[in-house]
Amino acid sequence: MSTVTTAAPDRSAAPAGAVRSWKTPILLAVLALVALLVFGAGAPRNNVTFRLSDPNDAIVLPDLVLPAVATGWLTAVVLAALAVLAVLAVRRGAAVPVWLVAVFAVLFLIGFLTWVVGSANNPNVALYGLLAGSVTLAVPLIFGSLSGVLSERSGVVNIAIEGQLLFGAFAAAVAASVSGSAIVGLFAAALAGVIVSFLLAVFSIRYIVNQVIVGVVLNVLVSGLTGFLFSSVLSKDAEMWNSPPRLPVLSIPVLSEIPILGPILFEQTIVGYLMYIAVAVVYVALFRSRWGLRTRAVGEHPKAADTLGVNVNRMRFMNVLLAGVVAGVGGSFFTLVSVSGFGRDMTAGQGYIALAALIFGRWNPIGAFFAALLFGFATNLSNVLSLLGTPVPDQFLRMLPYVVTVFAVAGLVGRSRAPGASGIPYVKG
Amino acid sequence: MKLELKGITKRFGSLVANDHIDLVVEPGQVHSLLGENGAGKSTLMNVLYGLYQPTEGTILVNDKPVTFSGPGEAMASGIGMVHQHFMLVPVFTVAENVALGNESVGAGGILNLAETRTRIRQISDQYGFDVDPDAIVEDLPVGVQQRVEIIKALVRDAEVLILDEPTAVLTPKETDELLGIMGQLKADGKSIVFISHKLREVKAVSDVITVIRRGKVVGTAEPGASTTELASLMVGRSVSLTLQKAPAAPGEVTFKVRDLTVRAANGQHVVDGLSFDIAQGEILAIAGVQGNGQTELTEAIMGLQEHVSGSITLDGEELLGRSVRDVIKEGVGFVPEDRSVEGLVGTFSVAENLILNRYDEAPFARGLSMRPAVIEKNAQEKIAEYDVRTQSAAAAAGTLSGGNQQKVVMAREFSRPLKLFIASQPTRGVDVGSIEFLHKRIVAERDGGTPVMIVSTELDEVLELADRIAVLYRGRLMGIVPADTSRDVLGLMMAGMHADEALAQATELQGGDQ
Repeated sequence: MSTVTTAAPDRSAAPAGAVRSWKTPILLAVLALVALLVFGAGAPRNNVTFRLSDPNDAIVLPDLVLPAVATGWLTAVVLAALAVLAVLAVRRGAAVPVWLVAVFAVLFLIGFLTWVVGSANNPNVALYGLLAGSVTLAVPLIFGSLSGVLSERSGVVNIAIEGQLLFGAFAAAVAASVSGSAIVGLFAAALAGVIVSFLLAVFSIRYIVNQVIVGVVLNVLVSGLTGFLFSSVLSKDAEMWNSPPRLPVLSIPVLSEIPILGPILFEQTIVGYLMYIAVAVVYVALFRSRWGLRTRAVGEHPKAADTLGVNVNRMRFMNVLLAGVVAGVGGSFFTLVSVSGFGRDMTAGQGYIALAALIFGRWNPIGAFFAALLFGFATNLSNVLSLLGTPVPDQFLRMLPYVVTVFAVAGLVGRSRAPGASGIPYVKG
Repeated sequence: MKLELKGITKRFGSLVANDHIDLVVEPGQVHSLLGENGAGKSTLMNVLYGLYQPTEGTILVNDKPVTFSGPGEAMASGIGMVHQHFMLVPVFTVAENVALGNESVGAGGILNLAETRTRIRQISDQYGFDVDPDAIVEDLPVGVQQRVEIIKALVRDAEVLILDEPTAVLTPKETDELLGIMGQLKADGKSIVFISHKLREVKAVSDVITVIRRGKVVGTAEPGASTTELASLMVGRSVSLTLQKAPAAPGEVTFKVRDLTVRAANGQHVVDGLSFDIAQGEILAIAGVQGNGQTELTEAIMGLQEHVSGSITLDGEELLGRSVRDVIKEGVGFVPEDRSVEGLVGTFSVAENLILNRYDEAPFARGLSMRPAVIEKNAQEKIAEYDVRTQSAAAAAGTLSGGNQQKVVMAREFSRPLKLFIASQPTRGVDVGSIEFLHKRIVAERDGGTPVMIVSTELDEVLELADRIAVLYRGRLMGIVPADTSRDVLGLMMAGMHADEALAQATELQGGDQ
């Protein structure tokens, strides 16, 4: 996170000889070319309407209407210019600045949206819905990647996020159905996450089994167990076991009326609000508290922490359990918020996407939050676009989140540095 | 504070690392523990620091018996330790590292680093450490990192400081500074346990010297004792500390390096424009503090580095850009610096390790099949020739001691005709007896007419083996000087001074003394 580079005397002295990475400029150039050919030359000859607010809102913003051809060419040309800037930067021996990549990404998105919506049968999309839906879809991802932050920052790789989410979803559905209370379901979800975490902790910390293998095994175990119970118990008497009440949406008066941001921030269920709180709390605790200092120390250099009297394995154990609470609560989203009822393997690999968000977000709660939002956006975009009837086949759109994941994890947007001792068990001596 | 160890025994399974060790550290005293690598010094200190539990024996602080279940309790009793491999979190700031485990917190467990910063500045000023509490540790030079370790102990009010091989990573100048700091700490009434195998330093600072061999105290000595006396006590037999070697008879220059530059992934020049020659029958020693480009230099020659420019020729053949296998076939023998990771395959047998670079050639292979009988016979010969102490040729190489592992690596590299021999840290972690043997083999190879390049961070070894000495500092050559150059001049060069400047300054200083 720090940018201190005092001990690199040769970096400025020999700019011409620096090792250049052409990865980013090449990628940007290819994307700019795609923009020119598709968004510019291939632009549909009509206007695209972006609706900014619901007509029933207190404050109604006017619709944003963009001519597809002009917008397409404009974004494509600016993208090309940015790509040239990136090439020049690398030729000078410097790195591609982060702002350039960020601006490029936003512009590319605008160009893509204009093109794809413009080419649809009905060139009209609710932007507010697209954004709010993205956040909603990102909720379990954010919980999942926070769970990863807690666990990996203390040095335990958490592949079991998928299992924690799924078991959380299952427990929430069953507990809420039986008790008739969604809040009971929420607590049951947290407990279920802890149970998966406990197994992960016992095997990876106490018995030093390879952490990745334990995680994968737990995922398969949870999938099999919940699948079995689903078909043998839940589907037999769905009324009793699988009809949880949903968590109510709690709108905060006035604030929820703010256009675009209102529904995202102030019109959520408890799970949604908990998500924002969890991101803030984990961030502050990790970087500003004693617990956070020790957690990071244990994940970076456990022996150093041990020689200062920090109990490494206890610290790790507690963190993994805490990670289970967070992921379990995230799992409740599937059965208490998204749909009312459990379905076999309903998390559908979201735990792995959360893991990708964790890496993309550089093991930082805030970074992971935005990375998860990006994946949520990609998912929601594919949903919305398939409804609009775009020229791109549905299957390709549904690949979008995964393509974004692969590119993100390949480190195309800067270097990601894992905690030094992540995945390495600590054995004294 | 008075510290006493009584009858400390530590066993790991059947291995006795410490055998009834008695030791008394008086207040305000520098007590040196002298012993070879693997003699049990570090184990003893880890017992004292609560990292290991003693199998038998007691620890007494101010004549009261204590037991430490962990380092936290040892620290609470006033014992601080500076480990050989620093126990610092590289991505943390100095203040975060110092605070860890001893944090002052406000409401809700929120850290209060301001207090820690003040304490660091205070100690830093008192001892002239010049440490910035907000610097990131991984950006600091090794010498400063070591001071952070000392601060860590002092912040916790340590009365006894254990320094485990503290000079291994320092330049001669930094070593002198550290010895000065030890003097200041002693004047403040702190006791110091100084662990080392470097006789000169031990003699310079100690009040009492305890010698340990194979886990037992074999004697105590006054700092006035002679070097040979201490050495023979440490090794258990008389050793010749000076190598007998004839003057070099350099022949034709066959190995040439020109403008060699190696860049790290971040663009930093880790080796920067090196040019030098080595003649047949000559040993060029590359001196310098660890991490100044030596590793990259040797790896660049072997073809193990990316981003290399310049030229490396052997007998007129360009080596740069060739594969490692090609370079080996050209007749380059290489002893890497970390034998257990790069020099050997620990789980393979000694016999297999002895043919790692020729496993597919006659006589060890015929067509697709290997010939175990030949491999076994070769192993028996080499084990006898190099006096490798192993249960059998089939024993896993990883089970051998450091010195014997190194003999296996050397035996393998010397078992074919060489046109160039490169050894990196040839005797690191090797017992004194084996050092003598390995050095003799290297000189024998030189006398056979091979150009030899030795990389060593130990000045003693450099001075003993070299015919000429090249000093590296931050990847640059500070000059190539004759083997009889004084330690002072070499020390200045290792700290970044060019040869002529260093020479001028050293003569000036000597002039001032007279």
